[in-house]
Parts: sequence; structure tokens; C-alpha cells
Amino acid sequence: MNAEPDQTHAAFRHIVRMEGVQKYFGAVHALRNIDLAIGRNEIVGLIGDNGAGKSTLIKVLTGVIQPSSGRIYVRDQEINLASHSVGHAHALSIETVYQDKSLGEKQPLWRNFFVGRQITNRFGFINIREEKRIAQDILLNTIGFRGVGIGVDSNVKQLSGGERQGIAIGRAMHFNSDLIILDEPTVALAVKEVRKVLDFVRRIKASGRACIYIEHNLAHVHEVADRLLVLDRGEIVADVAPKDMTVPELTEFLINLQHNR
Amino acid sequence: MPNRRAPPSLFSRIEGLPIIVVFVLLLGLFMYTAPNVFLHPQIYTTLASTAPPLILLAAGLTFVIGAGEIDLSFPAVIAFSGYVFAVLFKDYQLGWIAVAGGLASGLLVGVVNGLLIARIGIPSFIATLGTQFFWSGMATLFSGGKSYALRGADESSVWQWIVGTFGDPNSIAWQDQISIQAIWTGLIVLGLWFVLNRHVFGEHILFIGDSKDVARVVGVNVERETITLYTLMGGLAAVAAMMLTLENKNYFGNQGGGYLLTAIAAVLIGGTSIFGGKTTLIGTVFGCFIIWMLEAGLVASGLTGAWVRTVQGLIFLIAIVFYLLVEEPARRASLFRRFGAKESGRTAKV
Ligand SMILES: Nc1ncnc2c1ncn2[C@@H]1O[C@H](COP(=O)(O)OP(=O)(O)OP(=O)(O)O)[C@@H](O)[C@H]1O
Ligand SMILES: [Mg+2]
Repeated sequence: MNAEPDQTHAAFRHIVRMEGVQKYFGAVHALRNIDLAIGRNEIVGLIGDNGAGKSTLIKVLTGVIQPSSGRIYVRDQEINLASHSVGHAHALSIETVYQDKSLGEKQPLWRNFFVGRQITNRFGFINIREEKRIAQDILLNTIGFRGVGIGVDSNVKQLSGGERQGIAIGRAMHFNSDLIILDEPTVALAVKEVRKVLDFVRRIKASGRACIYIEHNLAHVHEVADRLLVLDRGEIVADVAPKDMTVPELTEFLINLQHNR
Repeated sequence: MPNRRAPPSLFSRIEGLPIIVVFVLLLGLFMYTAPNVFLHPQIYTTLASTAPPLILLAAGLTFVIGAGEIDLSFPAVIAFSGYVFAVLFKDYQLGWIAVAGGLASGLLVGVVNGLLIARIGIPSFIATLGTQFFWSGMATLFSGGKSYALRGADESSVWQWIVGTFGDPNSIAWQDQISIQAIWTGLIVLGLWFVLNRHVFGEHILFIGDSKDVARVVGVNVERETITLYTLMGGLAAVAAMMLTLENKNYFGNQGGGYLLTAIAAVLIGGTSIFGGKTTLIGTVFGCFIIWMLEAGLVASGLTGAWVRTVQGLIFLIAIVFYLLVEEPARRASLFRRFGAKESGRTAKV
């Protein structure tokens, strides 16, 4: 189930690298001159206050929105930002799990697994049987939904928050991504569900992939990340290793940032 | 909690079943109240010849409403494309080229709608309200408000292929009077059903209707699919316009007016969600039958046109409220809570 990342890309150093990325929303300067590099098997925690620009940063990376300027490299190759798109990011094996907006509420699970990259014939008609079969396999084997009465025909609406996150994560795992981005995946989850998500992050590491993990709960990121990037008002203001800073020190640091505004 | 894991009920497993039941009950009622109309085949051959434009419009609207959008401009397409077709067909004697011209004019209206909505970002309600006025104004300007009688049209292959009958045209036996447009409409709706339920485009429409944000992050090109959506709607409206014009052997400027409410009502009565993301084409077709039958049945029961409209409006509203309460448990709960709050003397905060 956890196939190894694509070996054909063996010769790169950074899965992604950004240089001088800027993003304006009208007058709002949401990203200021972002430089960062994510190693190929690195778990990078991205932290910062509400509105710091974390979600914007990953949306730029995943082709949901275009940056105002700057360069982005994937596997050391520069990508053409004008034609960058979600489909393109998927093709580059970059997967994103959003806190809430990852799944179509009224749609069955099997459609949610494949939408955007359906299994089709050459006329664009979906091979429903095949999609359902694979979805069933992901449900049972990757996510481990056994005996909870959830099937591929269940609607997302019927699932709990933790179950939804499981679906989105299972989808990311299935598509063998080299970089998995988690944007606050544990919001509104019970403790037990949070543990599952953290275990998943560890599995990303163990399977040789990279991960960007956005999280407000510092204890959670601190526990699993190799490196922490602190974003403040659109700028990267710190790049620390968890072993150099305890959770209380980190908290202190973030509070000071706010006071200095 | 436990019932959410229950296996799907019969009602949710068979597409459009509730509305089919309503249709059958209504049909039984009319057979009882107006047996001389509803127990004779004529009414059903009339259905086959006059319902297709409504069904085509409603089928297109099922996609539009399924995407969480609306189109108010299709009555103008009925006028505009009908005019383009009538002129090319009658004044220029262009035959099948006139059909192509009529279709192209509908596609054009659709593309413009799509661009206004997807590229410029005007809400579809406003954009198509504007284009409705624009294109129906154009149709009136060009036609000078005159109607076009297509006398002798039934000699042409266009007429015979699009709205002719299977049997001997001179026979009055009902079997010989079944209209070809019913077959075309059936085939088009069948094709659309497969597109909506089995094609990538249909799936994208459902996700767009569900949430545009989700659609974007999962990689749906929302802009492109929206433009395609309105182009499809424009094309279907143009086909409806030509069928209507040929069937009547006459073009008149306000021939689309009656469809605005009825087509939207048919979609919503059929069970497609007003909030988008959930559609049923089979429900839409039965919604059309119900709308059509109400009109015929009420008229046959001796009521006037004003009554028919009043009753249609009422049924439309009842259907919407019904689906709203069935489908949206949160809204239902808040409604009941509001009533509850009143009863207990406005103490509870809603
Ligand atoms: N589409 C948009 N249009 C205009 N402004 C936006 C848009 N998206 C984000 N912003 C602004 O950009 C800034 C950064 O927002 P972003 O969502 O990236 O923050 P965040 O770090 O993810 O916050 P949170 O922790 O609350 O999720 C905010 O000031 C926000 O208001
Ligand atoms: Mg965010």
C-alpha cells in the first residue's frame, strides 16, 4: 500500500525550493520575499499566527493561486508559474490535505478519491467500477475503515471530522506523492484522532517522502517535525530545529513576535 | 447517530423515485377527474409533441442548477435562436444550414454567459438577467416584433426529421402521430444522463455545485467547466427553440416567455438541490411531466390560464420547501427551533 516514491527522480536534492516569492492580495502583502527549501525526506513544520500567510504559501506552491513574483523549483527544476495548476502539482507528486475544504460534501467517497484525475476511457467517461474497487481498497487497507459501516458509496456529509481527515489523507497516500502538505489537519479532532494524524506524518517520513505540516498546536509539530519555519506577517522569521528549542521556548518566541507588532 | 450507517433506503437507491410516485398519483387523480381527456391516447401524443422543448430546457438547467448557478436567459435564446433559424429557413431557404445557424446562435449566447460569469465573475443570476434582456431585445429589433409563419415547412426534410411523425402523415390514428421530437429528446436526455453521472464533466459540475473552493483544490478547472456548462445550456435552448418554431410552423417573439418558471420548477420539483451538488435528470423529466400534466389537467378540468399559473407557482414553492426540509437537516432543525422558540415565549436564542 505504501509504495516507494518514484525512483526516476532520484537525482534531486530539494523536493521544493522557493526564491523571492511575493504575493499581494490587492493591498495586502501576504507573502514577503519567501526563500525556503524542503529536503526530499524532511518533515517541515510551518507555524505562525492567524493570517501569517501559511495557507497562502502552500496554495502558491500547489498551484491554487499564482504568486505575484518569485521562482519555484520542484526537484531542482524551475516550474513555469504561469501554467502551474493543481493538476500540474498532482503530476509533480505533490498532494495537499486541507483542514476542511478537501472533500465534496454531497458526493460519495469514490468520487472524492478520484475527482481531478478520474480513471476514464478516451472519451472522458469514468470507469466507475474500477474507481470504486480502488476506493474500497484504500478504505480497507490504507485508511483501515473496517466495520464502521462506511463504504465507497457513503457521502462525505455522513462522516465525522476525523473520518474525513482520514479520507483526505488516504487519498494523498494512494497517489504516491513525494511531498504531502497538511494544512491544519488536526483542527477539531479528538485526541485519539490527532494521534492517528501524527502517526501518519511519521509514516510519511519513514516511507522516504517529504511533508510540510501546518499546525497551531506547537506540541504536535514539535513532536514530529525535523525543522520548524516560523512565518510572521508574510515573512519567514525563524528556521529552527526542534532539538534546539523546547515547546515553552517556542511559545515564548511566538508570543514575543506578537508583542513586537 | 446509528441511522446514518443504515443501508440506503429504497427512496435513495432508485433515482427520482419520490417524484415518480407523485407523478403516478397525479396521473391517477386526473384520470379520475378528467377521464375523457386522460384515458385517451391523444393527450399523450400531444405530450410527445409539445413537451420536448420544456424537457430540453429543464435538462440543461439541471446541469446549471447542479453547479450551484442559474440561467435566466434561456427564454431569450428561445426568441433569438428561433428568430435566427426562422429567417435563415424562410427568407434564405437554407434548410439544414438554418438549423446549424440556429444552433450556433444559442451556443454564442451560452459562451457569452459563460465568459461573463466565469471570467469576469458576475454572479450568474445578474449576468443572465442582463443577457436575457439583451438577446430578447435583439430578437425583437431584428424581427420588428413581427411573427414569421413557416407555411409549407412540413414539405422540408428539416421539418420531417426534427418534428415529423413516424407514421403516415395523413392518418389520424394515434400511433401514426407520435412525434419524432420525442425520440430526439429522449436520446438527448439519455446522453446527458450519461454525461452528468458518468463523465468527467458531469462529476466536475457536481463538485463545483458542492463547493467551488473544494473543486479548485482538487484540480477542477472551474472557469473552463463553467463556460462549457453555459454553452451546453445555450445549445439545448437553441434546439428547444427550433423544435418549438417548427412544431408551431410559426415564429413569434415572445415564444420563450412561458418557460422561465416552468423549466426551473421542473428541475426543482424533480429533486435537484437548489444549493447545487446534487442532481437528478430522471427527476427533472418527471418534473416536466408533472408541470405539463398540471397545465393540461387543470385546463381540462375547466380552469383558466391564470389559475394554472397560480397553481404551478404554489406547487413550485411547496416542492422547494419540502426538499429543503428533507435534505438540509440543519435548516429543518433551525426552523423547528424557531417555532419552538416562539412557543416558549422567545426565551431561547436561535
Ligand atoms: N483570497 C484572498 N483574498 C484576499 N486576501 C487574502 C486571500 N487569502 C488570504 N488573504 C489574506 O492573506 C493573509 C494570509 O492569509 P492565510 O490564509 O495565508 O493565513 P494563515 O497563516 O493560513 O492563517 P490561519 O492560521 O488563520 O489559517 C491574511 O491577511 C488574509 O486575509
Ligand atoms: Mg490557514
